Amino acid sequence: MELRYAKTGILMIEILPDKCDFCGCCVGVCPEDAIELKEAEISIIDERCTNCAKCVWSCPIEVIVFNRDGVTVK
Amino acid sequence: MKSNYDVIVVGAGPAGSMAARFAAEQGVSVLMLEKDRDVGYPVRCGEAISKEGVEEFIDSDERWIKAHINKFSFIAPDETEVILQFDSRQEGYVLERKLFDYELARTAAEAGTEILTRAYVNGLLFNDGKVSGVRYEYQGKQNEIKAKIVIAADGVESRVGRWAGLKTHIDFRDMECCTQITAANISVEPDTLYFYFGADVAPQGYFWIFPKGNNLANIGLGVSGKVGKTKSAQSYLNSFMDKYYPDAPVLTSIAGGVPSAVTLDKISAPGIVLVGDAARQVNPLSGGGIASGMIGGSIAGRIAGEAVKMNKPDHILSYDKAWNDRLGKRHLIFNRIKGGIYNFSDEKFNKIAKSVNKIPYEKRTLGKVFTTALMNQPSLLVDVAKVFLI
Ligand SMILES: Cc1cc2nc3c(=O)[nH]c(=O)nc-3n(C[C@H](O)[C@H](O)[C@H](O)COP(=O)(O)OP(=O)(O)OC[C@H]3O[C@@H](n4cnc5c(N)ncnc54)[C@H](O)[C@@H]3O)c2cc1C
Ligand code: SF4
Ligand code: SF4
Repeated sequence: MELRYAKTGILMIEILPDKCDFCGCCVGVCPEDAIELKEAEISIIDERCTNCAKCVWSCPIEVIVFNRDGVTVK
Repeated sequence: MKSNYDVIVVGAGPAGSMAARFAAEQGVSVLMLEKDRDVGYPVRCGEAISKEGVEEFIDSDERWIKAHINKFSFIAPDETEVILQFDSRQEGYVLERKLFDYELARTAAEAGTEILTRAYVNGLLFNDGKVSGVRYEYQGKQNEIKAKIVIAADGVESRVGRWAGLKTHIDFRDMECCTQITAANISVEPDTLYFYFGADVAPQGYFWIFPKGNNLANIGLGVSGKVGKTKSAQSYLNSFMDKYYPDAPVLTSIAGGVPSAVTLDKISAPGIVLVGDAARQVNPLSGGGIASGMIGGSIAGRIAGEAVKMNKPDHILSYDKAWNDRLGKRHLIFNRIKGGIYNFSDEKFNKIAKSVNKIPYEKRTLGKVFTTALMNQPSLLVDVAKVFLI
């Protein structure tokens, strides 16, 4: 399985898009502008992400998770 | 649609609509772009506002007022309730924001603003280091459109300002991470806003029940992103509902973020100004951002219109001071008070509630409640004194 790469090594931040409410809370705290959010679409911009996990802590409904093993390309 | 405008507003919330309206009222051409299908929906808000905050911009209209508020109820961790009635001048509302935001956008349109929904702004244009327009996606196609001034009203995300080089992201500890439901069969007083405090219900934040008439209510909470490290807002909401309203039918549930901090250091740069949540203009103590966003938007819109008319692009840089004089400086103090209150222990909240309840009901004012709270935290007194002096 192919891993995704962040700015700092393998990407360990995973969004579960089916659970997302597209509220923008995670985008507001991301220091790297590494989250793209449209009306009902969300994604991480891998090459900007530093795996800092601030988005994980800020998501009110636990949609972003920290995945130590690395996120794989779907 | 034209290929260039004097002013482009990104985001059609209260701040964007007021910015658009006040710019258009100066006779300049204005386009407002909104990524969602509808202006005003989805609603990520408790919908409480003061009558005064509304009427600075629009006459009150029962079509979008769901409740008239004249009492606060503060509930301490040990469930001691402090009720505070305010006089009629201080009336508040719980809005139907879907209709309210729609109406604000309509007034912007009436002033001459063009509006396009489902238009997702994903970049800025630059000319000589100055912002000169936006890139946006519409119906699967990428477009560019020029503007003399861009007003970023893109809410909590605040990405547009970043593309212009402004540092807009907010410390996760200052983000109030919220979940809210609108539930039926909630029999609370229809004229009272309820606020719950304490480590079990909403640490470093508060829990609210805001009535919307006919036993409907907005029920939700915000907790600091710091709290979210160990427990999410959603789990706090679930615990509360299980305990108090296990069978309440839920008509809406949403997530959201309130940037509860002071305004950004810089809210203007050549060719661009930021308004509302995007500029972090929320009252950091209450988390209310409808009224302050409209105020920020109106100032920015007026100044942008003037800058175009006078052909003086640098005039927009005077917006920072105008905002700080109107509300920004006040928010600095509110933010310090928030820092104090959010660190109160449950015992302290309980003690304060009991002391306040000793004040006779008729004599209880927000000022007296504050004074009582402050006897428990004298260092805050100086900050509060400043709020009342400004
Ligand atoms: C759960 C919760 C409860 C709240 N309760 C209250 C309350 O009771 N009282 C109160 O006063 N305040 C409350 N607030 C705060 C209040 O909702 C906000 O401060 C207010 O909506 C800010 O207005 P705004 O116009 O700045 O932003 P918003 O209303 O968020 O509008 C921003 C708009 O920009 C659009 N947008 C974003 N990015 C783009 C893009 N790239 N391209 C095009 N469009 C874009 C968005 O779709 C949105 O429509 C609450 C907030 C939350 C989350
Ligand atoms: S904070 Fe959570 S719910 Fe909100 S947009 Fe981000 S991932 Fe989705
Ligand atoms: S981990 Fe940090 S850098 Fe990556 S998306 Fe989340 S907040 Fe942004």
